[in-house]
Amino acid sequence: MTRASPLDAPLWLKSSLILIVLAYIAVVILLPLAAVFSEAFASGLPAWIEAISEPDAQAAIKLTLLVAVIAVPLNCVFGVVASWAVAKHDFPGKALLVSLIDLPFSVSPVVSGLVYVLLFGAGGWLGPWLQEHDIQIIFALPGIVLATIFVTFPFVARELIPLMQSQGRDEEEAALSLGATGWQTFRKVTLPNIRWGLLYGVLLTNARAMGEFGAVSVVSGHIRGETNTMPLHIELLYNDYNLAAAFAVASLLAGLALVTLVLKTALEWRHGDAIASRGH
Amino acid sequence: MTFKRRSAIPGFGLTLGLTLLWLSLIVLIPLTALVLRAATGGWAHFIETAFSERAIAAYRVSFGTALIAAAVNAVFGLLVAFVLVRYRFPGQRLLSALVDLPFALPTAVAGIALTAIYADTGWVGKLLAPYGIRLAYEPQGIVIALIFIGLPFIVRTVEPVLADLGVEAEEAAATLGASRWRTFRSVVLPEILPALITGFALAFARGVGEYGSVIFIAGNMPFKSEIAPLLIVTSLEEFDYAGATGIAIVMLLASLAALLLINWVQHRERVRRGL
Amino acid sequence: MTIEVQTVSKAFDGHSALKNLSIEIPDGTFVALLGPSGSGKTTLLRIIAGLAYADGGTILFDRENVTNVPVQQRNIGFVFQNYALFRHMTVAENITFGLDVMKRRHRPNRADRTARVDELLELVRLDGLGKRYPAQLSGGQRQRVALARALARKPRFLLLDEPFGALDAKVRQELRGALRNIHDQLGLTSIFVTHDREEAFALADRIAILNDGRIEQYGTADDISGSPATEFVRDFLQ
Repeated sequence: MTRASPLDAPLWLKSSLILIVLAYIAVVILLPLAAVFSEAFASGLPAWIEAISEPDAQAAIKLTLLVAVIAVPLNCVFGVVASWAVAKHDFPGKALLVSLIDLPFSVSPVVSGLVYVLLFGAGGWLGPWLQEHDIQIIFALPGIVLATIFVTFPFVARELIPLMQSQGRDEEEAALSLGATGWQTFRKVTLPNIRWGLLYGVLLTNARAMGEFGAVSVVSGHIRGETNTMPLHIELLYNDYNLAAAFAVASLLAGLALVTLVLKTALEWRHGDAIASRGH
Repeated sequence: MTFKRRSAIPGFGLTLGLTLLWLSLIVLIPLTALVLRAATGGWAHFIETAFSERAIAAYRVSFGTALIAAAVNAVFGLLVAFVLVRYRFPGQRLLSALVDLPFALPTAVAGIALTAIYADTGWVGKLLAPYGIRLAYEPQGIVIALIFIGLPFIVRTVEPVLADLGVEAEEAAATLGASRWRTFRSVVLPEILPALITGFALAFARGVGEYGSVIFIAGNMPFKSEIAPLLIVTSLEEFDYAGATGIAIVMLLASLAALLLINWVQHRERVRRGL
Repeated sequence: MTIEVQTVSKAFDGHSALKNLSIEIPDGTFVALLGPSGSGKTTLLRIIAGLAYADGGTILFDRENVTNVPVQQRNIGFVFQNYALFRHMTVAENITFGLDVMKRRHRPNRADRTARVDELLELVRLDGLGKRYPAQLSGGQRQRVALARALARKPRFLLLDEPFGALDAKVRQELRGALRNIHDQLGLTSIFVTHDREEAFALADRIAILNDGRIEQYGTADDISGSPATEFVRDFLQ
């Protein structure tokens, strides 16, 4: 019979700590998750279906998807481009650049929305010019897309930069020595190496893009059926005391969150080493 | 301006250029607009709006609750990270995935869910109501929401550092006679302290700016449970652009301060390790 | 301090690392555990230290049964292959760690601790480097600090796990000499693990040649090279 290593904690200590952790996670994380689904289906399945299929809810779902379809690929491309510049080259001011890329991550979502209102709103810098040309940014789709791009800006870059840095430049240099062009090198050598990290970043970006509330709330104008994304629509229903419907729509987003978590975990499990640091 | 070949790897000029362009368009120019807007209003006006009584109360609520929540998470988050890294038990992977839920779940969804739980009629609120403890619609509710939001920041920042910590230093401490607690205190804790501080600063910064998960459970009463981001939104709705801008600047400065702290801590770490 | 290992066995994941191994180490000797990788020498060292538990058998220090005594209480000095210095502490703080964690009753006062650090720094020829951090030292210097740290508590004996493995040839030579001198000066029973034949023969009073969890031969350098006990020993000495 092999006894455990002498440096292992005694069983009672381990069990207590694990139990405390389980209890903490259960209260902090599981409880809210359970509450969403519990409230969503409290009035039964037909009521749930009705809430989801209601025209304003449908419009909100479509808007959310549209915003995500625009914002996510854009930030994905940006993330790849920025990571290539930062990870495969040396230049002064690199640390500053990376900090700037990180900036949206630490700015309050409300401030993120505010800056676009100040730029494109009626009283903003470009406000009068936009009005002249009858272009609507704030209180319309473009504003929502911009605000979403702002808040999800860093995700892909943050994921790829450390990954590409840890993978080094050897393979790219080898490819070049064999006569490959820059584009070929990227496509055949770099991209396959970063694909799982990229997917990971895209997952996170998408989750945030669809769920963003604060920034979009400021720029959207809350026009029912037109400029309400799902989170805003949830707020609307909630403030109307239509709790069951609010939670019904919320359950869709919660379901998306769960799918995101599952995919994320699967990615980490299968390709953990190809995703590198899981920092913040 | 021509770029001298800085590295054998091509595409530098193009990718850097695009990066700077995108960064300016999406981030820098809008933020500059914010700063300029505040500047053109004049110093006195800025002070008046950014530091009005109501604003100061809002800062107190935002910063205070964020601080408490980040502190709670620092303790428990450390415990969670420790247990996840050091111990093996069934359901571990599930637990680890759950820690990321606050990252993936939309803030508004979290907001209404937390309110449902902690309101007087909710699962937890019901249990506490007889004792006169109200969590929803009070500042306490804000702390609860921020604890939910901030947990992954601490856990995910500390975890990799804890995992990388070889077991040798702890073995050395044991051979020198240190007890398990002493080893944790003198050998493990100092090694993970920078990561812990970073996680704390991140959770704090996020908590200060949090909106969606807080406004449902907060009560939102001015001077009592009104958070600064809400005050910005309220000001905007009243077309008080100056007011909104002033408060936004203060919050931006707080974010920058947190970012600076993090960078300083990590810089010191790198220097100390002789990297 | 004599160490007796009696019929100790240890298995990892079905693979048997030590097979009913016994060895006795007389007081004050400098013993080398020599053998190829996988022979079980490090496992044996760690079991003697208390960093691992044997599946069966007994360990005695001066006739006292320490088989189930936790490592913290065995009062040994252990030098790791990769030094395992505490990165965030200065050299001096590293060295006094073993003294700092002593119970109040037994702990020497601050002045004595400082004196001990100075004494040890002198012993390992690192005078004046007390305030440096490990990151600022060379590999050879770090290993000296590790040695000083292990000796601070006046341990009953010294265990070294391939202490010079990570160093280059010249530094290795220097440290070998230093180690032997320190041993002679202190008369401390010492066991060190190595796969380097030359090193074992140059340093040790007695050598135990291990293979696949068993001791092939145990004796002085002359005994072994003069009359190798088994085929394996003969081959190993080529």
